[in-house]
Amino acid sequence: MFIGTLVYAIVNSFTLILLAIGFNLTFGISGVANFAYGALYIMSAYLSWMLMNLMGLPFFPSAILSILATTLFGALMYRLVLLRVRGQALSEVIATFGIGLSILELFRYLGFVGFEYTLPVFFDHSFIIAGTYIDMQRILIVGLGLLLVVSLWLFTHHTATGLAFRGIAQDERTALTFGIDSDWIATLSVSLGAGLAAIAATIIIPLGSISPSEGYDVLIKALAVCIIGGLGSTGGVIAAGFIIGFAERFTDTYFGSHWTMIVSLIAILIVLVIKPSGLFGQQKELEERI
Amino acid sequence: MSIGSIIEIQKLTKVFGGVIAVSELDCTIRRGELLGIIGPNGSGKTTLVNLMTGFIKPTSGKILYNGQNISRMPAHRIIQLGIARTFQMVRPFYQLPAYKNMIIPLYSPRVKKMLGGRYGDRDAVALDLLEEVGFERDAYVAYKPAGALPQGYLKRLELAKAIALQPELIILDELFSGLSLAEVASIVPIIEKLRQRGKTIVMIEHRLKELFRIADRVMVLNFGCNIAMGTAKDVMANEEVKNAYLGSER
Amino acid sequence: MLYVAGPRLLPVVLFLTLPLILSPYWQRVMISLAVFAMLAISWDMLAQSGMISLGQALFFGMGAYLSGIFNHIWGFHPFISIPLATVFGGLICTLILLPVLRLRGIYFSMFTLILPLMLVRTIEATKIFGGTEGLSGMSPLPSGWLELYLIIVATLIVLFGFRRLMASDYGLVLKGIRDNDRSVTNAGINIYRFKAQALFLSSAVGAFAGAYMTHVYMFVGMPVFALDYSIMPIASAVVGGVGSFAGAVLGAVILVPLSEVLRGLGGLRIVLYGLFLVIFIVAIPEGIFHYIQRKYQQVERWVDVDR
Repeated sequence: MFIGTLVYAIVNSFTLILLAIGFNLTFGISGVANFAYGALYIMSAYLSWMLMNLMGLPFFPSAILSILATTLFGALMYRLVLLRVRGQALSEVIATFGIGLSILELFRYLGFVGFEYTLPVFFDHSFIIAGTYIDMQRILIVGLGLLLVVSLWLFTHHTATGLAFRGIAQDERTALTFGIDSDWIATLSVSLGAGLAAIAATIIIPLGSISPSEGYDVLIKALAVCIIGGLGSTGGVIAAGFIIGFAERFTDTYFGSHWTMIVSLIAILIVLVIKPSGLFGQQKELEERI
Repeated sequence: MSIGSIIEIQKLTKVFGGVIAVSELDCTIRRGELLGIIGPNGSGKTTLVNLMTGFIKPTSGKILYNGQNISRMPAHRIIQLGIARTFQMVRPFYQLPAYKNMIIPLYSPRVKKMLGGRYGDRDAVALDLLEEVGFERDAYVAYKPAGALPQGYLKRLELAKAIALQPELIILDELFSGLSLAEVASIVPIIEKLRQRGKTIVMIEHRLKELFRIADRVMVLNFGCNIAMGTAKDVMANEEVKNAYLGSER
Repeated sequence: MLYVAGPRLLPVVLFLTLPLILSPYWQRVMISLAVFAMLAISWDMLAQSGMISLGQALFFGMGAYLSGIFNHIWGFHPFISIPLATVFGGLICTLILLPVLRLRGIYFSMFTLILPLMLVRTIEATKIFGGTEGLSGMSPLPSGWLELYLIIVATLIVLFGFRRLMASDYGLVLKGIRDNDRSVTNAGINIYRFKAQALFLSSAVGAFAGAYMTHVYMFVGMPVFALDYSIMPIASAVVGGVGSFAGAVLGAVILVPLSEVLRGLGGLRIVLYGLFLVIFIVAIPEGIFHYIQRKYQQVERWVDVDR
């Protein structure tokens, strides 16, 4: 039982990491907490579903199109709405929240609720690892999680655009003097975050079904991971993903599934009391923060 | 800790990531003196002030205020004990009239303590304080929104906010910056009056000529270290100080 | 005199007399309106102090459950359980949110967003306090008219009370904390204490609203933490005018009846809210109230001058 729990804990951790990584990217860079994140996640899943079931396209093209469409939507969201309220925290939060809300409730209203709304797994296959039965999809989650984390790290540390991303996050003014276009970078980061949400959705949704309530859940989980890990820190997302992932799985096995949410809540509270800015959060000293 | 010193700093160090902003700094500030702190840009002057007033916490070292260790105290507690400071970048509440800007310092627990438990009429006190720093009452300057005031008045407002707290020690961070010679000349008497009332004043300045006229002693910082401390004349004759400002042949 | 007093008296008179001519259905709507107005006012208060709450539902639900528990389990009369729930609701919510007060505002917003959602899941899973079925059979308030007028009067008291508070020097300090908290700290003021106080006031008001509704519906369950109670206040304040309590009430006055009228549209209602929110915050950020206020103050009028 222990090994089984361990294996599933690892899967759970990477699931959480995949969920949170897009949100963290957008916030860490453009400084906008994209409260439409969960909605974008769900929207991309529904888009894939519609392409597959209403237009008869095979899975992979549908998924690719949907990811691209979501990325584009993120860019549009920034250009049309966020750009106008850039810098006013209240307005940004409300605007993204409003968009997310509209999207999720629209799908709910149009009746996209039920078990038939789901996406297919990549390979219908399972393995036995260390005496535990585990399916291919879950292994893919771990694989993709690793791949994305490493690629993002390489991107933000070794490419010009990636370094520009980090520059804008650290000090916008200085970055501007280097000729880095802050608006373009911000557009990129919001759309990239949206795209990552879509990718995560493509691979995680097959484990269950698509439902609008999932959208809020995804937002909560991404927020929880980012709060514990420290907003803007990729290392934090990984660490927090593992902490929450393991805590949830082990609580589920040994204490029962209804305690998992409470465990997450307690974890957040503990981290906030001990290190308020998150595990790897770079909360600046008072005078720099203001 | 001798009776005559109001602040004693022992081996103060502050490291930000890879940057050593303040390095093993020792210094003693005497009660009632006017100490100038000078040094090239980036030498750690403002960081030192932030450390003294609790806006940042030291990496190591001690700061004693009247014998009490204030190194790790939160900023508002230190200010309640009697230290006041102004900021280099003056940021008042722009939409509020100048005298309304004074309400917040006058709301401080420190003021309540000094006035024996009662606040009094804050509006009236604010107007009086502003008049002391040169806001002409007849011209109703105090009623203008802070956003409409020129730099000279904004600096005076900042000074008034510090004076409102009835502090023992006032730290002025580049008060003279951005002011014309005439404006500096008109602010100096206000500082002199504060000295006569027994306050200890620390001034961080880049405008050395104006500072040297009023300072008792001067401390020079370079790369976070205290490289010289003494009268203005002694300090400016110091080789290391000259090298710090002008560079050396190498 | 009338110029100044008029706009203040008008809504008071309207609120107090309107219930007399409305049908019972619309009287219920008025109660709902008053509750949402209260939540909107308390939201605005936090916003003016620099804290953007995305979870007024937390305060509402906390008060609702507390009053339900006091009434159901210990048999307290509503006149006792409601005040108790108000105070304890405020205290508990403030304590929970205390750790995040020290951080950047965005943490506060995020935390308030996820707390009600997490609490719902917790109740659902652990089945405490009635679980998914909730607690029913609460004692109602003595009479229908009292039920209606008490909440209206309470809302008016909160409206004018908070206005007074924020216009005073205390309110100035709170607004100062929002604009430039470094400067306020520099005055020797403990900004966290002030923030906690503002939070307590706001959450107590929210808890009162929740406690009251428990006795109006005679039921409390998971729906009290619904997203609706978090969004409506924000939408009301945004539409009506952030930064003014009258604007928050105005927003509620517009949106609550509107939502009743649109009830037939079902889920589409919330979609429209979302869009409404976005359009308003981007295009008319100052809100309707500020617009009206500006126009009212630009009206030319005769003024007597002493020769």
